[in-house]
Amino acid sequence: MLLLHVLGVFSMLSLLAIGGGAAVLPEMKSWTVGAAPWITDAQFGQIYSLGQLAPGPNMLMVAVIGYHVASWAGAAMALLGFFVPSGLLAFAAGQAWDRFAANPWREAVARGLGPMTIGLILAGAISIERAVMQGGGPLPYAIAAAVIAILATTRVNPFFLIAGGGLATWLARQAGIL
Amino acid sequence: MSEAAPPAERIGLARIFKAFFVLGATSFGGGVVAYLREALVVRERWLDDRTFVEGLELAQMLPGLNATNMSVYVGERLRGAPGALVACLGMMLPGTIVVMTLGVLLAENAKAWDVSSVLLGVGSAAVGLLLQTTWRLAKPVILDAFDVAIAAATFAGVSLLRLPLPLVLLVIAPIAIGCRRPRGATPTGAGAATTAGDGDAGGHS
Repeated sequence: MLLLHVLGVFSMLSLLAIGGGAAVLPEMKSWTVGAAPWITDAQFGQIYSLGQLAPGPNMLMVAVIGYHVASWAGAAMALLGFFVPSGLLAFAAGQAWDRFAANPWREAVARGLGPMTIGLILAGAISIERAVMQGGGPLPYAIAAAVIAILATTRVNPFFLIAGGGLATWLARQAGIL
Repeated sequence: MSEAAPPAERIGLARIFKAFFVLGATSFGGGVVAYLREALVVRERWLDDRTFVEGLELAQMLPGLNATNMSVYVGERLRGAPGALVACLGMMLPGTIVVMTLGVLLAENAKAWDVSSVLLGVGSAAVGLLLQTTWRLAKPVILDAFDVAIAAATFAGVSLLRLPLPLVLLVIAPIAIGCRRPRGATPTGAGAATTAGDGDAGGHS
């Protein structure tokens, strides 16, 4: 029953994730932290952060949320739920896509949904800010600002910035500043 | 080069899996699209640029992640359903192994290891990365005042009013699409869209 619940919640999130994984973070937090509750707010932030250390698609961390709920089977259900429904939809739509090549509505949908996804991704960033950064003093905000400044001026693999952020707060903790 | 014909020979499933496994193991920080183009269009020449951009448009419009939607789209083009499956599995496998290894080690040793300080910095850097990505994505998409209004209303609905996401999507998507509807067409079943006028509703807010 619990496994089906995990599968159901992540399947629903999968089909709501218009604009990618970050767009659905606030809704994911309200289902896994607020409604269930399967994990705490702080755990949600930590699991998201952990996911940033892994390569590939950004939201594989749903497996870790599933693991916290129901061990390995929970991890499998979260992964299946989050990736299979949208995957099947992409498969079906990919086959139909060419037939719509000349359809003027295709442009209308792309043009209309674009700004909406920007709003969704921004809301996703703020939900992580609430779960991770609040209560940590000024240092987390300095790190985020530094990352934005570095990405705006240089081309660097984002992994080094993610790792650098972790190193900075670890050193601050060791030095007793944090 | 952008007019390159689709490859004539049948591409092996193992080769598709390997290409996407490498992508899944080497792409970091949400910038999967750039890695995908480099690998699929430039290196392997499985797609021309136009097919790639069309696939990306589809991937962004549909729910789900760009990385996995693009894997399904490209895999399907190369070898049908089995191609889509191996491409998607290849893309997800390396990251799943890494995140589960870290996640399980951490969950089982939560009391002994305090990594909260490390994850605080990692998460903070990730928020910076996400904001930078939002900015980069917004530049070609937010073109007039109506676009700003749609983005702001979406953000306010989810983040400030904390409304359920399905409600926000069901209200805003028909309005946003309806206002960009092709000239001469009438929206079907999108009653709300008729209030904001045709085409470029520049001053609507």
